[in-house]
Amino acid sequence: MTDLSVDLGFLKLKNPVLAASGTFGYGLEFEPYIDLNKLGGFIVKGLYYSPREGNPPPRLVETSSGLLNAIGLPGIGVKRFSEEILPQLRKYNTALIVNVCGEREDEYASVVDYLNKEEGISAFELNISCPNVERDGLCPALNPESAYSVVKLVKKTSSRPLITKLSPNVTDIVEIALSAQEAGTDAISLVNTFLAMSIDVETRKPKLANILGGLSGPAIKPIVLRMVYQVVRQVQVPVIGIGGILSGQDALEFLIAGAKAVEVGTANFIDPESTVKIIEEIEAFCQKNGIDKIEEVIGTLKA
Amino acid sequence: MIKDPQARIIHKESWRDYYLFSLESPRIAHQAHPGQFIMVRVTSEPYPLLRRPLSIHSKDGNHIEIFFQITGLGTSQLSKKATDDTLDILGPLGKGFNIIPDLEGKEVVLVGGGRGIAPLYFLAHQLRSLKSSVKIFYGGKTLEDLPLKEKLETNGFETYCSSDDGSFGFKGLVSELLKAELERLAPACIFACGPEPMMRKIAEIARTKNIRAEFSLESVMGCGFGACWGCVKRIRKGDEEEWLKVCEEGPVFSGEEIIWQEEEK
Repeated sequence: MTDLSVDLGFLKLKNPVLAASGTFGYGLEFEPYIDLNKLGGFIVKGLYYSPREGNPPPRLVETSSGLLNAIGLPGIGVKRFSEEILPQLRKYNTALIVNVCGEREDEYASVVDYLNKEEGISAFELNISCPNVERDGLCPALNPESAYSVVKLVKKTSSRPLITKLSPNVTDIVEIALSAQEAGTDAISLVNTFLAMSIDVETRKPKLANILGGLSGPAIKPIVLRMVYQVVRQVQVPVIGIGGILSGQDALEFLIAGAKAVEVGTANFIDPESTVKIIEEIEAFCQKNGIDKIEEVIGTLKA
Repeated sequence: MIKDPQARIIHKESWRDYYLFSLESPRIAHQAHPGQFIMVRVTSEPYPLLRRPLSIHSKDGNHIEIFFQITGLGTSQLSKKATDDTLDILGPLGKGFNIIPDLEGKEVVLVGGGRGIAPLYFLAHQLRSLKSSVKIFYGGKTLEDLPLKEKLETNGFETYCSSDDGSFGFKGLVSELLKAELERLAPACIFACGPEPMMRKIAEIARTKNIRAEFSLESVMGCGFGACWGCVKRIRKGDEEEWLKVCEEGPVFSGEEIIWQEEEK
């Protein structure tokens, strides 16, 4: 038996595979297909303080080996989440992470403040990087000062560990990662979607109602891998890799690059069993290669 | 909601760009209800990435049928699958049509536009088992867009065909044919599936005549089971309007609920 557990310092995961926010609903949607107890953890859909409608359709466009979305973070808000969803999730023996959103800094803090009292939440993932909420993909993760400011405020409010999810739509991802670390984040997750677009040549209109959207899926994987490689060499907090992971092989690339864990996103849409299959494939790789502990693989890039 | 990674294609038929597959998938077949759909993975490669949503066209014992038209890369790749190939499918998904008991013995009208006939064939069989008198309106651009007309007739359904160019049946839109026939028919309910402009016209006719109507909507879907929030349409619930997921809350909605695209601001 391989020991697949990984220790983030503030949180021990039974394996390095988490389901990514925005691709896993509130977790319950996957109950018919997988045993959620098998996951390292899962991150529920981004929560604002109040319920939100999201963007008008079309919200999705498929691109070459990728998925372009402008969903716009619809959701039920913290109150309904606490009352209706959370009680159904507490039975699971896995890390439950809540993705926290805000239109302004104080809204992030209000979400965390509201959820602090709730049992069963392992950590918060701070979503300062969604490209589909403000015009032209603006978000706090685009510059080091605004990232620092919101992380600092939320860290002060939060009674639980904080993972900060960064945007790839920056010139220097390391600079933003360092400012999140300086502000006190316990971990960094890399990355949210890439600001992108698609055009219908017949109508000459954008294919998304929102014009711009966020690209995910295998198309982005090599770029994210590069970002993880760059960031882990500069920061001390654990890094979680997210970007186009479809298989155990893909996940292992991130671990070898130095990520302590990974989040599986778009793959959940293609196959709701993806997370569990990826865990099995990682285990099979370890067994084949005589690896007793998955942590022995992390950061072992020979370069 | 079952994942069947090995649904075998046991029969395949095709007409121009329309395809009919019969799939062996016992567990999904046993649970299937008219108006529900499956998500089909067309390749194990990463492109095209997403599954494709397709209505369940019929069920018989351990088998379900899907009827689809090539509309892009996904359906094009799917059309190339052969008998004895297996498909990875999820289903049955969505809520389907409301077949309320008071339709028993009543006259019911089904209206299919082009590939929109797909879910109605399954519904027609179910309604017939309730001893409803089923009239099927089937419209397309030309004769070639009506590939199932023989199948409907062979199965004993009273069928009214239309083609935009007059190459078969009534010349004009199926909604115009329906409007003319409603001078004579008095259905307890209309069920429709097809292009949105067609369904919008039928919703208007049903509203004017005060006939209950349900529509099966088509949408691009990311997952098909409520996780991505990608497939929404504008739906009226009481005094409120919301973007509701077609996969989970639909794909069937009533005429009063749907806020058709042209109505949107």
